[in-house]
Amino acid sequence: MRQVVIIGGGVAGLEAAGFLGKMGHQVVLLEKEKAVGGHVGKWDRLFPNRRQGSEVMDFIRKKMDEKVSIITEAGIKSIDTSPDGYAVVLTNGEAIRADAILLATGFELFDARKKEEYGYGIYDNVITSADLERIFREEGKITTADGQAPQKVAFVHCVGSRDEKAGNVYCSKVCCVTGVKQAIEVKEMMPAAKVYSFYMDIRMFDRHFEELYIEAQQQGITFIRGRLSEVYEDQGKVQCKVEDTLTGKPMKVTVDLLVLLVGFMPSPETKRLAGMLKINIGSDGFVLPIDGHISQNETGVPGIFLAGAVTGPKCIATTLSDARSAALQIDQYLKTK
Amino acid sequence: MKKDKWGYGIHPDRQIDLDNANLSLLELVRQSEPSYNLCIACGSCAATCTAGNLTTISLRRINIYLQRGMIKELREEIRRCMLCGKCYLACPRGVNTRHVIIAIHEALKATGYEEL
Amino acid sequence: MRNYDPFVLPFMLGFLFLVVLIIYKFAQWLIRLNMREKVLFRHGMLSRKFLHAGNEVFMESLIHRKMFKANPLLGYMHMSLAFGWFLLIVLGNVESRLHTGAHLNMPYFPIFLKFFVTEKETIPFYGGFTNLMDFLLLMVLSGVFLALIKRMTSRIFGMRRTTNLKVGDKIALITLWLIFPLRLFAESLTAAQHHNGGFMTENVGQFLAAFLPTDQLSYPAWWLYSISLGAFFVAVPFSRYMHIPAEILLIYLRHFGIHSTKVYSSFSELEVYSCSRCGVCIDKCQLHTADIHFNTPTYFFRAIRERSLSGDLTDACLLCDRCTAACPVEINTTAIRIAKRATFSTSFKSDFSYLPANHTRRKADVAYFAGCMTHLTPAIRKAMIAILEHAKVKYHFIDEQGICCGRPLMMTGRLEEAQQLVRKNEALIKGSGARILLLSCPICLKAFREDYHLDIRIMHHSEYICELMDRQILQIPAGTQLFSFHDPCELGRGSGIFDQPRKILSEAGKLVKSKFEKENSFCCGGSLGHTSLSQAQRNIITQEVVNELTKNNPDSLVTACPLCKKTFTRWSEVPVKDIAEIVAEVISLGSTQSDREQNTNSLGIKVHEKQKRK
Repeated sequence: MRQVVIIGGGVAGLEAAGFLGKMGHQVVLLEKEKAVGGHVGKWDRLFPNRRQGSEVMDFIRKKMDEKVSIITEAGIKSIDTSPDGYAVVLTNGEAIRADAILLATGFELFDARKKEEYGYGIYDNVITSADLERIFREEGKITTADGQAPQKVAFVHCVGSRDEKAGNVYCSKVCCVTGVKQAIEVKEMMPAAKVYSFYMDIRMFDRHFEELYIEAQQQGITFIRGRLSEVYEDQGKVQCKVEDTLTGKPMKVTVDLLVLLVGFMPSPETKRLAGMLKINIGSDGFVLPIDGHISQNETGVPGIFLAGAVTGPKCIATTLSDARSAALQIDQYLKTK
Repeated sequence: MKKDKWGYGIHPDRQIDLDNANLSLLELVRQSEPSYNLCIACGSCAATCTAGNLTTISLRRINIYLQRGMIKELREEIRRCMLCGKCYLACPRGVNTRHVIIAIHEALKATGYEEL
Repeated sequence: MRNYDPFVLPFMLGFLFLVVLIIYKFAQWLIRLNMREKVLFRHGMLSRKFLHAGNEVFMESLIHRKMFKANPLLGYMHMSLAFGWFLLIVLGNVESRLHTGAHLNMPYFPIFLKFFVTEKETIPFYGGFTNLMDFLLLMVLSGVFLALIKRMTSRIFGMRRTTNLKVGDKIALITLWLIFPLRLFAESLTAAQHHNGGFMTENVGQFLAAFLPTDQLSYPAWWLYSISLGAFFVAVPFSRYMHIPAEILLIYLRHFGIHSTKVYSSFSELEVYSCSRCGVCIDKCQLHTADIHFNTPTYFFRAIRERSLSGDLTDACLLCDRCTAACPVEINTTAIRIAKRATFSTSFKSDFSYLPANHTRRKADVAYFAGCMTHLTPAIRKAMIAILEHAKVKYHFIDEQGICCGRPLMMTGRLEEAQQLVRKNEALIKGSGARILLLSCPICLKAFREDYHLDIRIMHHSEYICELMDRQILQIPAGTQLFSFHDPCELGRGSGIFDQPRKILSEAGKLVKSKFEKENSFCCGGSLGHTSLSQAQRNIITQEVVNELTKNNPDSLVTACPLCKKTFTRWSEVPVKDIAEIVAEVISLGSTQSDREQNTNSLGIKVHEKQKRK
């Protein structure tokens, strides 16, 4: 029986593992952390319909059978070629035979401390969208650093995305809709709170996303068109400096909590593995498939395939489709090998 | 002016007449500083600008004036720039903002609009 | 014995031409000095400074001491040519005086002594002299030989690039190279006939005599030697060799206290002529990384001399001062660059009337001026406030509105516009009533020190923190962190502050050494000095610097400038911190052990502030 090694246990890797197992292949899934699930596993509710992230995880897990074995806390030392494929050598010395490898190493979130002017890690009441999801999931209520319920909350779009100065010129695609979803959630949790959103462009690219935007407007969320330049701390509150580009005047907004919608970054592991496997990386740091339209899952290196955010920012639905597409490609490859 | 003389006249058209706008300055600035074209009017430059907090100056708006041929408006604002470079650090597009300012001044001089 | 022959004419004509021209040039430079400089010159001529300057002329123009320090091989090359030739002339003079018994001989006489004096017996110690002269000639020839190699392959000299020469320079160079081989040739041929040579010329002469008709060749050889000398002298004013006389005057004027300013003056012109185009500055320039070449002072000064200077060439400089620090002639290249920018820059017709005019006087010892850039690095600002509070300093944050110091305008040559800001800030600072002006931005620091008239202490925070440490007001607990320190251009080379940051970091942890530190530190790439440099070009420069500074895997890359910090942060995988942040971190850890368990973020300053609020 053919064996596929999947690197990365986020939704892309898990979905592909389930399908490849169903197709009759032996699958070994390697995850660097203690548990699989990736970013979705840490998220509370998902856009656009605000279902629980765990529901999606359950759906994916259900498909997996005994053909899939998962190794967590797996570090990869090297990937060697062998006459019939590859041998993935783990840091503990174990070598795993692979007829094909699926790279599903995903992304990491932009480190908001690199955008120093926004005060993350400096001012207490500046958090990221990922922090807010953790608060939703673990704490159930939002408080400022001194334990008060915030009366004013602002969201900042494009933190670490579309930003030459942060090193990322691309759009991370999902932050806009995440921000709008979170703004609605904050408003639902605390109807009296004022919620602002600082944006350059609101990019609602997928089905039901624009409706979410409309819902946010109906909820009374204030959208301000201007990119934040810097924040100051004023008696524990966060003072935002922005140009209200629609009136053409500089604007000062003081809030209790500032949420930075952090974008996608290629994971450092991807870069390392791409170097080992000699596959191409684009100027944005994400892996380049051989063709962006017609073969998004192929690398040009025989037996090495791609799925999910390893090839750039994607939402969950697209990632799952991409993973199934990759599974199909791998199945075809193994049958003709 | 006839309309003053006669005490009546037609209201001047309010619209920006892009067909007949004076874009000579724009072309000079584009040649001198190609990154000028990358502006997405996000307003970071204007938000961070010290002068902008005290007086009317917004590099974002100056850029728009330039693209619409509104030279008079532009000339007034641009003189207030201290060239400190904060806007350059804020710009997410890597527009070379300080050089844009210099290029506009040079273009104003080259086209003779400096003094009008 | 003859003492004249027509072949000396080319030499004599060239020599006279050069002497007249140098006198003319010197007079021109001196006449065009401004009143203050003229007074300094007159006083200097009659003081001890004159002697000191003479000493330096000897050490630099002849021995090339600084060049030796920078690059021993290059130093030897210049020394052998300059000092060797000088000694040849001096000894030649002594020798000819001994021979003729006259105090004054025609200038050509010592040069062509071997032609005129063929009877050894007439000069006392003839053998010693001849051998010494041969030795000096050999020394000069070794310099010529090295110069030849340098032209062919500059890498042997540790230089990746050497100056690209133009026609005038090439003619001068070739004639200069020909002088000494021709002298050897002429003297050797004469020695073959008259046996009046030393250890080298005698033997070379005999060797040549084996296959050449020496008696027919010797006279033409003296002609050629004279022509090469004459041609070189004529070429000097049109070539880089004008630096030889210019540098001598420059050294004197400098000793008299005359320095370059941001306005292009006669002194600046003299500095431009003093550039020997040695090319040391070329490798120092980081713009090569961004694929910008032929912009360094060598070429910049040449363009000034040739009157072909363009605005683009003038702008093509980071003003980082790396070349200035390396210049063996110590030409203030940055000042000249700024001065020249003033001639190209369009006036801004600035209107700063909107800036606030009245400032309330507050009782504070220290006026803290964070600077524009620091407003975009809140960690630095917050750390500074934490340190000031910790040290219980009475301070007043004077630029919450952030007026620019004016240096960014000055850097583009817009001095008048900058002056408007200078006046505004002077009023602001004087109004504060503080004794110390504390700055976080080295760009501001340089402006305040050089272009403002303030009678209070102007300190960068690294100096201030160091002083607080010296006075035991601030204790820095010893740590184990590994730091890599980047000297910001305007702090290090620009203001001479190298030791204070190192002292602080060595207390707080361990400092890694770098080849690129202190005088040789890099520009981060964020420079305000070059206005048209693109983001992509800056990125290349910054990446190279970050790679170099983080290759020892430090725990943090530390700097002392908000602009450097912002520039590095994007590219560095290790945290980039300002020295103030390091200090704020360690003092808050040291002073509030019990509160440490509280939820503190990366800066750890919150703990301190919370205590204060109680």
